[in-house]
Amino acid sequence: MHIVTFTRSTPDTAAKVEVKADGAVSWGDVATVVNPWDEYSLEETLVQAKNTSGKSTVIAIGTDMHNESLKFALAMGVENAARVQADGMEMTDSLAWATLAAAAVKKVGDVDLVIFGKESIDVSSDAHIYQTARKLGWTMLSYVSKILAIDPVAKTIKVEKVVEQGKQIITAQLPAVVSVMKGINEPRYPSFIGIRKASKAVIPVWTPADLGTALPGQTVQLVSYSNLPPREVKTEIIDGASPEEKAAKLVDKLLEEKVL
Amino acid sequence: MSAVFVWVETFDGQLNPSSREALAAGKTLADAWGVPVTALVFGANANAIAQEAGQYGAQNAVVSDDATLSDFRLEPYAALLTKLVQEHQPNAVIAVATSRGRELLASSAADLDAGLIAEAIDLSVDGDGVQATKAAYAGKLVSKLALKTGTKFITIRGRAFKPLDANAGASVTITTVAAALSEDQIPTRIESTELQVGKVNLGDAAIIVSGGRGMANNPKAAPADGGDASIWKAKDGFENMLSPLANVLGGAVGASRAAVDAGFIPYEHQVGQTGKVVNPDLYIAAGISGAIQHQAGMRGSKLIVAINKDADAPIFKMARYGVIEDIYTFLPALTAELKKRLGK
Repeated sequence: MHIVTFTRSTPDTAAKVEVKADGAVSWGDVATVVNPWDEYSLEETLVQAKNTSGKSTVIAIGTDMHNESLKFALAMGVENAARVQADGMEMTDSLAWATLAAAAVKKVGDVDLVIFGKESIDVSSDAHIYQTARKLGWTMLSYVSKILAIDPVAKTIKVEKVVEQGKQIITAQLPAVVSVMKGINEPRYPSFIGIRKASKAVIPVWTPADLGTALPGQTVQLVSYSNLPPREVKTEIIDGASPEEKAAKLVDKLLEEKVL
Repeated sequence: MSAVFVWVETFDGQLNPSSREALAAGKTLADAWGVPVTALVFGANANAIAQEAGQYGAQNAVVSDDATLSDFRLEPYAALLTKLVQEHQPNAVIAVATSRGRELLASSAADLDAGLIAEAIDLSVDGDGVQATKAAYAGKLVSKLALKTGTKFITIRGRAFKPLDANAGASVTITTVAAALSEDQIPTRIESTELQVGKVNLGDAAIIVSGGRGMANNPKAAPADGGDASIWKAKDGFENMLSPLANVLGGAVGASRAAVDAGFIPYEHQVGQTGKVVNPDLYIAAGISGAIQHQAGMRGSKLIVAINKDADAPIFKMARYGVIEDIYTFLPALTAELKKRLGK
């Protein structure tokens, strides 16, 4: 079985991200990391490829900034990588992204399963995942907390998924697109040998034309990014002679604020 | 172009209360365009739920209670939504960005090559188009996005829009439609559902009480056979100190990533960049230092209270009220005081 996973490079989670005077988003000289949710999808790709004696391919869509996350994936042990270069595409246009993603999966060919991390933190959205499934015409299994079984011959999959009200066990037909939650596994660290091998890897670049597709017309316009309005907050430290006195004063304040 | 569609989420034959927020957001857009709000209700008890949607802003409803739609499954729901949008060409389709609302609207938008904005926190009409504000970079920035033409698909973040007051006298015109897929065309089967009874969902909670790394400073002695002592202490604290406080307040229990990664509490409680982004009325941070990753998840809270024995903890800079105390000394006192004052 051949499993494809997608990843992206995003600013380190501890980075301070801000919008400069010219409107550009900047995180200074802080390094990018693999999109934090993708650590789990990369690990799950490796686990499921091993369990099914299958193959694995990782794909990123965007500028060469994303080579970093592709190399991280290779260092973890994913076998093949490719990058789709799409000039003029903003990831905020999830439909354009998904159109290219689906075309890339078709180019890889013999794929039965695509695994995503729960969302992409830069756009703070998961829409591109569902839209990729739809553009492929495949079953979508979202918020998966466990892959319980895959039968590559019968082409079936059984998963546990998390919904607001609890957990569900779902069986479905392959091919499928799966998005996985944090906690589904314990992501491995890339090995030293893996890192060395990945650093030398030459990652093929595909254009929309190579995928036999064209970028669809833009449906969502990115107007601007802006910094968060500062939290106008004046902190009041509750004083008192004892924890009980402080508790009573704090409850007074909370009742005044009408939040209870 | 003649309506704003609002997908009204149901569960177990009941209206999901957050759907009232989608009806309110839908009505704001519909009023600006001079068109009615049409509620879409799929699943068991759809007629009664459509009547309820009428009290919260819908003039019309399209319902289907076909057996294939009784539990939410993406494929049959998306097929029907796509079909209805093709037939009626509404100005917009709105839903709350619950796990189901997100995938449903994104899927249907993809079927129709229509524009989508996910998890909007603010909406404004711009001619025939819509501008929306949403979080970006895991809540560290906001982005403004625009949808100009065609049917505009928008999911709204829970608790970002205020529901309308119920109008008991309102009437709603209901149209019943058939499902778009038959059971043998649906690729998924729900084998079982295990409900979490009685727990307040973080996303819906008006009040959240979160614990951090400081939960390990429980003065209780861990039993010799209890495994890792700090994990035992923290788990005991979440169970016997934080949960009772959350219960008195009718709130939900959250946690920092540090607490989750240390094994103190399961992942579904995590608030922050790789957890849930929440915006309750009241957020109580107990023994949480306030790393930037945590702030990204809770800075939308209306009022923040921080309790930490370290007066220099960054969380105090975000808090309206701060208490510099050990959480194991202070929180039991707070819980007792609340019980007394709230009459519980």
